[in-house]
Amino acid sequence: MEIDRGDGRKPNQLRPVACSRGILNRAHGSASWSQGETKVLAAVYGPKAGTKKNENPEKACFEVIWKPKTGQIGKPEKECEMILKRTLQSICLLNVHPNTTTSIIIQVVNDDGGLLPCAINVACAALVDAGIPLKHLAVAICCSLAKNGRVLLDPNKSEEQNMKGFVYLAFPNSIQSVLPEGSLQVGGEPVEHGIITSVTHGAMSVDDYLLCLQRGRAACEKLSVFIRSSLK
Amino acid sequence: MAAASGSDLSSEMEVDAFRRLFPLSFHERHLLKSIRPDGRTLGKARDTIISVGAVTSANGSALTKIGCTTMLAAIKLEVMTPTVESPDEGCIAIDFHMPPICSPIVRPGRPAEAAPVVAKQLSGTILSSGMIDLKELSLVSGKAAWMAYLDIYCLDADGSLFDAALLSAVAAFSHLQIPVVSLNDEGRIVLISEDNGGGKLEKEPVNKEKRKLKLATIPLSLTCILHKNYILADPTAEEESIMETLVTVVLDSSSQLVSLYKPGGPVLAQTSAIQDCVALTRQRLKELQKILNEAISDMEVD
Repeated sequence: MEIDRGDGRKPNQLRPVACSRGILNRAHGSASWSQGETKVLAAVYGPKAGTKKNENPEKACFEVIWKPKTGQIGKPEKECEMILKRTLQSICLLNVHPNTTTSIIIQVVNDDGGLLPCAINVACAALVDAGIPLKHLAVAICCSLAKNGRVLLDPNKSEEQNMKGFVYLAFPNSIQSVLPEGSLQVGGEPVEHGIITSVTHGAMSVDDYLLCLQRGRAACEKLSVFIRSSLK
Repeated sequence: MAAASGSDLSSEMEVDAFRRLFPLSFHERHLLKSIRPDGRTLGKARDTIISVGAVTSANGSALTKIGCTTMLAAIKLEVMTPTVESPDEGCIAIDFHMPPICSPIVRPGRPAEAAPVVAKQLSGTILSSGMIDLKELSLVSGKAAWMAYLDIYCLDADGSLFDAALLSAVAAFSHLQIPVVSLNDEGRIVLISEDNGGGKLEKEPVNKEKRKLKLATIPLSLTCILHKNYILADPTAEEESIMETLVTVVLDSSSQLVSLYKPGGPVLAQTSAIQDCVALTRQRLKELQKILNEAISDMEVD
């Protein structure tokens, strides 16, 4: 049974993605990412000397500032900052520049669904633009579950509100995924199949969640091909 | 390098000093023997105590302790005008506070980083699980509805804050009793107090008797740490600060996944790890259900 999506896309089709780097002159690294109507800008300043209080001085420290399009900074923004900070800490090499702070500022230009995945993608692109050493890239996507059990990828805001539930997923993506012989295996599964971040909204069964994971992974592989070509 | 020097010094050093200086190798040595420093096995959660009705001035309240982590939840109800878009629905406002008493890291001028995150997670989970039907909070359609203010105070932060907070919120909602109100002459809702409710009732009460809220499902959670190949259930604050990858799984009474929250972290979660976490959460759910039912039935006997 085919589902009619508002903009005529197929269930597995992502919105048109555009990515550009080096758009801000003064920042050490910057990028802009848009998926359909959702657009996010990121700027990276760093590494700067010194870490904040309570942070380990033997490692590099990351600070994320999230600026919404309108309104004051409240709890949702703080939560997004925390999720982004932990995601980026897991992909960066923290031992290369100990006792430094790198600031990542995210500015939401337009929110039309899938904001957190866009932010993860743009932060990654901005870090590459700034030359911060990374273990691997993080590729993020939103998968939603419709009421009849079908998985739709990359929903926009009106679709998100009508869905039974949706999941924001971020997967790692390293150069080894390009060479199939060289990919690492952990317990029979390639390392790239592990998730870095998962945030869900709405209730769904465990099997539906695992189905979303599978579809998300497949979509991220396609998305990562685009990212690698645009980051050259 | 730290591990190698750790093992050289371990024979000469006291246990407490080794624990402070090389916390990761201290914990890893325990993990090799499938045990944790406080004597629990890897999949076991700490002792949980729930006590409902702790705050007598609130309409519903609960005090929960998971190990040393203590949370106090209280619900106060207030009458408000419902919005135009949903005239039949009440509203719930959830707030999570971490006062300086809970942890040495929290100071009065500097609010804890974890507080807004747990607050947002809680409101997201309670609303997505469908535990409360907002239509039950309605009084007079279009004119009056209940606004429930749920405040959760962390009294001692020793890891697994979200689990304890969710448990205390659920216990407080199970204990909640909606008071009797009536419409007075000016068209406003007033509370009928216990004293003059007896004989003469000039005004017809809007709801006949104190009633409890019907909870559609009860969402309960378990936080696990992923570290190399180990999965540790219900971490303490010390374990959380050393091994930073946390996964929180929230399941409801019909085993639906309400939330799987993994906010980044150095370890990647493979599908097998996710399934193990879900299985541990299912086990924990049964324990928690039992403890919750006992606590509520104890309260009702009184």
